[in-house]
Amino acid sequence: MRLERREQRAPVLVFAAPVVAVLAALALAGILIALAGAPVFEAYQRIVAGAFGSRLSFTETLTRTTPLILTGLAAAVAFRARVWNIGAEGQFYVGALAAAALGSGNVFALPGFVLIPLLMTAGALAGMILLVVPLSLRLRFGVDEVVTTLLLNFVVLLFVSMMIEGPMKDPLAFGWPQSVPVVAEAHLPKLIARSRLHIGLLVAVCCALVVYVIQTRTVFGMEARAAGLNAPAARFAGVPLARTFLKVACLSGGLAGLAGAIEVMGVKGYVTTDLSPGFGYSGIIVAMLANLNPLGVVAAALFAAMMFVGSDGMSRALGVPSFIADVTVALSLLTMLVALLLTQYRIRK
Amino acid sequence: MSDALEIFASLGLWAAVLRIATPLIFGTLGALLCERAGVLNLGIEGIMTFGAMLGWLTVFEGGNLWMGLVAAAAGGALFGLLHAAMTVPLGLSQHVTGLGITLFASSLSYFIFRLVVPLQGTPPTIVAFQPIDFPVLSDLPVLGPTIFSQTAPTYLAILAAIVLAWVLAKTPLGLAIRMTGENPHAAEAQGVDPIKVRIGAVVAGSALMGLGGSFLTLSAFNSFFPTMVQGRGWVCIALVVFSTWKPGRALLGAILFALFDAYQLRLQTVFGKAVPYQVFLMMPYLLSIVALVVMSRRARVPQALMQPYRRGER
Repeated sequence: MRLERREQRAPVLVFAAPVVAVLAALALAGILIALAGAPVFEAYQRIVAGAFGSRLSFTETLTRTTPLILTGLAAAVAFRARVWNIGAEGQFYVGALAAAALGSGNVFALPGFVLIPLLMTAGALAGMILLVVPLSLRLRFGVDEVVTTLLLNFVVLLFVSMMIEGPMKDPLAFGWPQSVPVVAEAHLPKLIARSRLHIGLLVAVCCALVVYVIQTRTVFGMEARAAGLNAPAARFAGVPLARTFLKVACLSGGLAGLAGAIEVMGVKGYVTTDLSPGFGYSGIIVAMLANLNPLGVVAAALFAAMMFVGSDGMSRALGVPSFIADVTVALSLLTMLVALLLTQYRIRK
Repeated sequence: MSDALEIFASLGLWAAVLRIATPLIFGTLGALLCERAGVLNLGIEGIMTFGAMLGWLTVFEGGNLWMGLVAAAAGGALFGLLHAAMTVPLGLSQHVTGLGITLFASSLSYFIFRLVVPLQGTPPTIVAFQPIDFPVLSDLPVLGPTIFSQTAPTYLAILAAIVLAWVLAKTPLGLAIRMTGENPHAAEAQGVDPIKVRIGAVVAGSALMGLGGSFLTLSAFNSFFPTMVQGRGWVCIALVVFSTWKPGRALLGAILFALFDAYQLRLQTVFGKAVPYQVFLMMPYLLSIVALVVMSRRARVPQALMQPYRRGER
């Protein structure tokens, strides 16, 4: 048995790959649900119902989709240029921290339509800086950014913990380690009344569209893609590699930082060390499921959010640990890799 | 300031060093073996988590401690086989596959753990490995309480470093592994099957990672809780670079790192009032990054690392 490269990739296969991958992951996770002694189909029914079944659950799922779109985009733009940004989790937290630090006191009494974009920019900038540092280490010293961005995630989480127990601690939180809340003007307007869904979702979808346009219609988008496909050839063709990688890092880190700022302003209002249940890491899966396509990221983020939100109710009803959502989503990354390979190669006896 | 130096005089510090180093020794050796054959294994963090969970669970369900170690190694090997199957014959991205393995293995660990042990106040415990009492040696001054009073897996880790160093440097198998990592085409021309060597190295390396994880639940602590590996796997990946892909230096690097870690823990009690404890906890991660920067120029990376090998394709 061997692999033979297909001469061209049929577009239908590229669209089918994520569907097949998700179905395969659901089937494999179904084995675990069965091992847990629960009816598999009912479990999946309950997950879907728990994610979309009511007005409340549907808005919750969309609320959870918002940061996943942004961290998914962060991974997608980076991976496309082969910048291995695994630090979206850390960038998310510095973005959140920046928004909380600047948004907790409205010194100049700015109205919301000025303050909100300002805080979003601050969050994005913080995320950018956090990724530009390890990327510079790669460009200057040849240090693999995978390990440095991963290690920085732990440093950042400790830094957040230090800030919310120290200088940024909320004195009114009965001793709980949480940051001072952002002012009311910094709260994102709700998209639907009496729900947690906020306009951050629109911002995230707009980001996906903007990234799509950047990648397909601009010189920088083409240069980033060329740098990712074949760096030496791109350099030969006159692509300024270092500058392109830095721009990619700014875009990627900025998107992850923006996700953190939006989560603070839209959902919680303050920072805790459990603000993100692994949004940065899930973003990697979202990006891969979308085959690094910015528009596909929106759909993939919705799938991941559905699993995370829906599994809670299913878990309570059937006694299957809600970690099944994490297992399924992680499995879908692995099955997606194999499915993508099969769009490029065919198996020959 | 003298308080900070006095820490070095305490036996407790030196006794802690080998204990803290053990999971790092196993993990670094495992990652090193994979990389020497040309495969980056970023599944390490998840594989260590899985080893910690499976080792603990085996003992919790009535197995003895050694069965726990075997189970952890076997569990690690299984995920190694998955990583190898995807990256070696299929040639998929080692970065993304490894991260996928980490996410899958850790979430599966939490799932299985939660299935067996429902959420409760205090996590259940097991009776962990006890320090070995060597005749004569354990009673030696200084050396006794620091080196000769460790638990069995610690000595196993040191032995693993010696064996791996010998296998890589002195045996035909080691030569085959190194050739595969440097130039699989040349290895193939010499009658070595690079595919088999890589799969074997990743499986064996992942078994070592599983052992490293199990030390946390079977010896260092006596219970399992999510996120207990705390980035140790990523530290190991950094230590491989620091060790310039040599087992002996990996052992040394892990011990140096552990000395630093043990030192910062004790430094917290000295400066804890003036400096937030998180600053000390950040140090090991920052040190790993510094080590990567310092070593990056000198390190000699296996030349075929992260390059998939497909027969007849260049």
